Amino acid sequence: MSCETLSDKLTGYLDRELDEQAAGEVEAHLRQCVTCSAQLEGARRVRAAVQAHLPPLRAPERLRDNVRAMLRTQASRAQPRRTWLPTWAATAAALVLGVAGGWQLATWRGPRGDGSDLATEVVAGHVRSLEGAHLTDIASSEHHTVKPWFAGKLDFSPPVPDFTPEGFPLIGGRLDYLGERPVAALVYGRRQHFINLFVWPSRDSNALPAAASRRGYHLVHGSAGGMTYWAISDLNESELSQFAQLVATDLGHGAAHP
Amino acid sequence: MDPSALARFEETVLPHLDAAYTLARYLLRNDHDAEDAVQDAYLRAVRHFGGHRGGNTRAWLLTIVRHTCYSWLRRHKADARAIEFDETLHSEIVVGDDPEAEIVLGDLGEALNQAIDGLPVEFREVVILRDVQGLPYAEIAEVVGIPVGTVMSRLSRARRRLQRALPVEDYGRN
Repeated sequence: MSCETLSDKLTGYLDRELDEQAAGEVEAHLRQCVTCSAQLEGARRVRAAVQAHLPPLRAPERLRDNVRAMLRTQASRAQPRRTWLPTWAATAAALVLGVAGGWQLATWRGPRGDGSDLATEVVAGHVRSLEGAHLTDIASSEHHTVKPWFAGKLDFSPPVPDFTPEGFPLIGGRLDYLGERPVAALVYGRRQHFINLFVWPSRDSNALPAAASRRGYHLVHGSAGGMTYWAISDLNESELSQFAQLVATDLGHGAAHP
Repeated sequence: MDPSALARFEETVLPHLDAAYTLARYLLRNDHDAEDAVQDAYLRAVRHFGGHRGGNTRAWLLTIVRHTCYSWLRRHKADARAIEFDETLHSEIVVGDDPEAEIVLGDLGEALNQAIDGLPVEFREVVILRDVQGLPYAEIAEVVGIPVGTVMSRLSRARRRLQRALPVEDYGRN
C-alpha cells in the first residue's frame, strides 16, 4: 500500500471507522513508514485540540421555550380558525409570547406607573401588541392604505415608510398609547420577527439612533424630521439598528420634502 | 398535527435541540442567527414529520438544520458584505483564504477557532459533526448527503489544513 492511497485511510483508522482488514493493512504500513506515522500523530493532535477547545453547545433556554411554544401552536392548528394574520405571523407572535407572556402581566402597571419609564412602556406596548389579535388595526403592506387610516385618529400625520426592498416589509399599523399620548404604531416583519415602530411628533432636535435592551428585547430610539421614534423587536441588535437607520433617514427626508 | 404525532415529535426530535444548536452555531458563527435557524428548522421539521418514517432521527433533524443554515448563508452573503464593519460583531472573525497565513496569537483556542472559521464550509461541517458532535461516519454521510468515503477524505483534508494553520509546538498540550 502506498502512502497516497493510505492518506484518507489514516483518518478512518484514527477514528476507528475501518473494518478489521483495512485496519490491519494500515497497521502493517505504519510499522514501516515513518512519514505516515508522523502524519497520524499530527492528525491525532489536531483532533484532540478540536475536542478540547470546541465543546458541544447547549441550546439557550429562550430557544428551548420558543420551540416548545411553536409546537403548541402547531397542535392548535389542528382546529381550523379564522385569523387575519398570515400563518407564519401567527406562529411568530405565539413564539414571542411564549417568552414574554410570563412576566408581562406582572410588570405592566400602565403609563407613568411606579418605576416605569418610556422604554418600559415601549416594551409593554410591544408585548401587548403580540398578545391577542391586536398587532394591527389596519393590516396592509401598502403604505398608501395604512397612512390614510390614521387620519382623524391622531393629531398628526405619521410617516409610513415601506422598507420591503430592504427586507423589512410593512405589515400594518395601529393606534397605541405611550405615556397617555396617542402614537402611531407601525408593524414591520423580518423573517419570523416583528418590529413595532412607535412614532409621534416632538420638538427634540435630531437625535441619532441610540440602542438599549430590556427583558431580552432590543430597542432603538431617536428623533429626526420633527418626529421621535422607538423601534423594538426580539430581532438581533445589528439588524434592528439597520432598520432604525432606515427610519431615521426616511424621517429626515420627510421633513425636507413634506 | 394530531396530538399523538406531536407527542412523538416531542419525544424523538426535541431531545436533539442541543445538537441542532451546536451545528447551527458553528456553521453560522453567531448566536442570534443560530437561534433563528434552529427555530426555523424545527418549524420545517414539524411540517415534514409525517414524511419521517423511523430511521435515525438525529441525522434527519441535522439534515434539516444544515439545509436551513445553508440557505441562510446564501441569503445573507450579500447582506453580510453590505453591513458596515461593526467592532463588536466582527472583531472575532478574521477569516483568511490562506490557511497557512501567519497566525500571531498566543492562545491555541483562538488560533483553532480562527482556523476552523477559515475552513470552507464543506470541510468545517465534517469537523464539527465528527470531532465536536461525535457522529459516526455513516451518520455524517446521511446528514451531508455524501458517500462515507467522501466523509473520510474531507475529514482528512480538513484536519491537514487545521494542522498547517496551528502553531506546531502548542497544539498537543491539551
